[in-house]
Amino acid sequence: MRYLPLSDENRQSMLGTIGAKSVDDFFTDIPIFARLNAPIAELPGHKTELEVSRHLSAMAAKNVAAGTVPFFCGAGAYRHHVPASVDHIIQRSEFLTTYTPYQPEIAQGTLQTLFEFQTQVARLLDCEVANASMYDGSTACAEAVVMAARVTKRNKIIISGGVHPHYAAAAQVLAQNIGLEIVMLDAAIDDEKAVIAHLASDIACVVISCPNVFGTISDLSDISRAAQAQGALVVGVFTEVTAFGLIQPLGAMGCDIVVGEGQSIGNALNFGGPYVGLFATREKYMRQMPGRLAGETVDLDGNRGFVLTLSTREQHIRREKATSNICTNSGLCALAFTVHLSLLGQKGLGQVAAKCHEMAVEVAQALESIDGVTVLTEAFFNEIAVSLPKPAAQAVDELAAKGVLGGVPYSRLDPNCSAQMQNVLLVAATETNTKADIEALATALKEVL
Amino acid sequence: MENTTSGAKGLLQKTELLFEYGRLDVSGVDVAPIANPQVRLGNMKRQQNPQLPGLTEPEAVRHYVRLSQRNYAIDLGMFPLGSCTMKHNPRLNEAMARLAGFADIHPLQPQSTVQGALELMHELSFWLTTLTGMQAVALSPKAGAHGEQCGMLAIRAALDANGQQHRRRVLVPKSAHGTNPATAAQCGFSVDEIGQTANGRVDFADFYAKLGDDVAAVMITNPNTCGLFEPQIKEIADAIHAAGGYFYCDGANFNAIVGKVKIAELGVDAMHINLHKTFSTPHGGGGPGSGPTVLSAALAPFAPVPLVVKTANGFELVENASGEAEQAFGRMVAFHGQMGMYVRALAYMLSHGSDGLKQVAEDAVLNANYILASLKDVMSPAFEGYCMHEALFDDSFLEGTGVTTLDFAKAMIDEGFHPMTMYFPLVVHGAMLIEPTETESKNTLDGFIASMRALAVAAKSNDISKFDHAPHLAPSKRLDEVMAARKPVLKYV
Repeated sequence: MRYLPLSDENRQSMLGTIGAKSVDDFFTDIPIFARLNAPIAELPGHKTELEVSRHLSAMAAKNVAAGTVPFFCGAGAYRHHVPASVDHIIQRSEFLTTYTPYQPEIAQGTLQTLFEFQTQVARLLDCEVANASMYDGSTACAEAVVMAARVTKRNKIIISGGVHPHYAAAAQVLAQNIGLEIVMLDAAIDDEKAVIAHLASDIACVVISCPNVFGTISDLSDISRAAQAQGALVVGVFTEVTAFGLIQPLGAMGCDIVVGEGQSIGNALNFGGPYVGLFATREKYMRQMPGRLAGETVDLDGNRGFVLTLSTREQHIRREKATSNICTNSGLCALAFTVHLSLLGQKGLGQVAAKCHEMAVEVAQALESIDGVTVLTEAFFNEIAVSLPKPAAQAVDELAAKGVLGGVPYSRLDPNCSAQMQNVLLVAATETNTKADIEALATALKEVL
Repeated sequence: MENTTSGAKGLLQKTELLFEYGRLDVSGVDVAPIANPQVRLGNMKRQQNPQLPGLTEPEAVRHYVRLSQRNYAIDLGMFPLGSCTMKHNPRLNEAMARLAGFADIHPLQPQSTVQGALELMHELSFWLTTLTGMQAVALSPKAGAHGEQCGMLAIRAALDANGQQHRRRVLVPKSAHGTNPATAAQCGFSVDEIGQTANGRVDFADFYAKLGDDVAAVMITNPNTCGLFEPQIKEIADAIHAAGGYFYCDGANFNAIVGKVKIAELGVDAMHINLHKTFSTPHGGGGPGSGPTVLSAALAPFAPVPLVVKTANGFELVENASGEAEQAFGRMVAFHGQMGMYVRALAYMLSHGSDGLKQVAEDAVLNANYILASLKDVMSPAFEGYCMHEALFDDSFLEGTGVTTLDFAKAMIDEGFHPMTMYFPLVVHGAMLIEPTETESKNTLDGFIASMRALAVAAKSNDISKFDHAPHLAPSKRLDEVMAARKPVLKYV
């Protein structure tokens, strides 16, 4: 077996050193009825590298890769161009095959990149501090809600109808069992401010989104002020981080905790994961944050170095009193984010963001010229909600049959949505789209409507 | 020679921060110019630049390659970090995960266009349920701790469905990973610690005494964090079931028993499996992980969405709590979990096959016992007898030497090894938990043993030069963690 270095001769010699007759001697604590004495018959035997490659490549070939068709899916995951050098760096052995940096003297590579990551995230979102990543945007959102309840010692949460339904669901699952009550507002294209009417002195936080799941971008500053006046925290959520190369970041609009998905920078679509959750907040809440934090310090020679810090918040020290149970996070995806963003810089990010917006404007113009189609999103970054004269789920399937991946029906995220929302299609564009793609989408859509 | 003009030390180059020499007007990415100047941003244009410097591609590549050379990694040498299962990461798995048919597909494409992806998830599920003998598996948890949460929420949902809302106490051994009590608390349970016997196993009498009609579950790691199999595991399962609770098994150490033990026969109700440990998806400096959670028949109906099912028309992703998933406790995460990790793990399983996985467990356990046997005369094993996949020592062999477990670990760095897990489990004084894994050769183990023996002998003969202020040969000297925590600097200013 190509991954197992011990030979039979080695095994015998090692057993001799140990003084054991066979490896079975080591497994005697296992109850006899639970032992497997032979390889499990229902599973196949080992395969060569070539056989494994054939088997998995055949499965991969059954999928329609986004890069092979006109492609407009977003709704929380976006197809961007990631420079080849990013994947080269993250596949370096020293990054790929190392662990959480528990021994800082031999982990400065990981620790310094995490420090750079935290700095980039804080600057991009316009927040004071950021952590070293969460699993993804949705779990970051869930943790933010729990953190807000911890900070305010209140237990009611209002989630706007513009928040991605999967994010709301992840928050619900985490919150409901620890006595938090979530009020979920009706889906709304452009009504983040609806949360204001629900503010009261028992509200821990409001969860609002920009861009929201319908692509709408709106100024959240008034909501932040209204919520904070009532002692509530404001959790600002996003799913498309590229937006902040062009639009106002959530930190600048007064959000206390800013969370979202960082996949767009550095990471492939990967059918939904692994991704990288971004989590940022005010310095005064630093010790209430979940997750790892890299901090600056010095070594015995006085040279700058970095370590994991404030670990008294974490499960391995605080156990049941920890701020979260999170341990492993998204280290390598965070590295991909940092390498890509270092290549982009604010200049490149601004250009990519502008290109995304340009393509989205082109999509909007192409679709609003089709009879029966209405663009519902007025101000947007790279994603729009459009109303079709038929259920969007049906239209999407018909578009797929024509070789166009035309977007995500809102009903896929929220199957119990209103009849009106059943006709809403979410269409995203990025710098990877071309004019020809957009023409193909418009042509195919005309045919299926 | 102390210092160079450049700040480099031969191959070890200077590593400035990106923010110290990157430039705000530079980008290493060329973007096509804008052709359509129309904007529909409302009044939302960003008002202040984010102050993010850029690097050209040659600068960026050099920046991160230099940094990479300050990391220890499994590809460089032995990384016997107990409880973390640092084994070789096959590169085939990386290549497979990067096939466009897996990496370049969107989670919300029409299901008809991702049948191969759903088939892969279904096949992975088959492997995981067959290896454990369990009824079902929830694939979506994003890491081990998230898998624990999945299992504990399924338990909570099952209790609630059966009118057992008063059961809110969870029993957790003192030796457990910190994630266990943290998870129980995060799922709204109170945590009650159970003790340990002198031979490193769960104190059955203490466990039994703490059962009651408010007990929801017991969480037990098996093999446990001392690297030992819990021989009374079935009795514990039977007792918790008789008391009306459930058995959560922490599967972090599944590597020791994969292909050797049918988990379902132990009475387990839920167990997460770290694909990044047992099934070799790379740890990546702290993730991403993946924590699929296998469930018993009693808990299977409560598994979170999404689920993959095979129908007459192909594979279907059940994304909402209705139909087959009517009793699902909810959704833990956007989309469907860690697809990239599923591909890698399945590639690993297929490569080993049923026969190879059994050999994995046997070699992992053999390697650990070889280390234990080879060092027991100079170090102090925490417990009598054989171990499973981890050799655990306490610090009694260092008594009177002035050398601590931390010093010993730092001296290992100078010997070219990543230190073992230190000071965990908490129940063993100055614990040193060594997990070699099955992918180390006898040659490497012999080198490791020689280094460990030499260090132990040096410590005992009061030759503390190897320990004092160690490491001496690492890229950095010992770092001031107290200062970092006292005045946290979490970003460049």
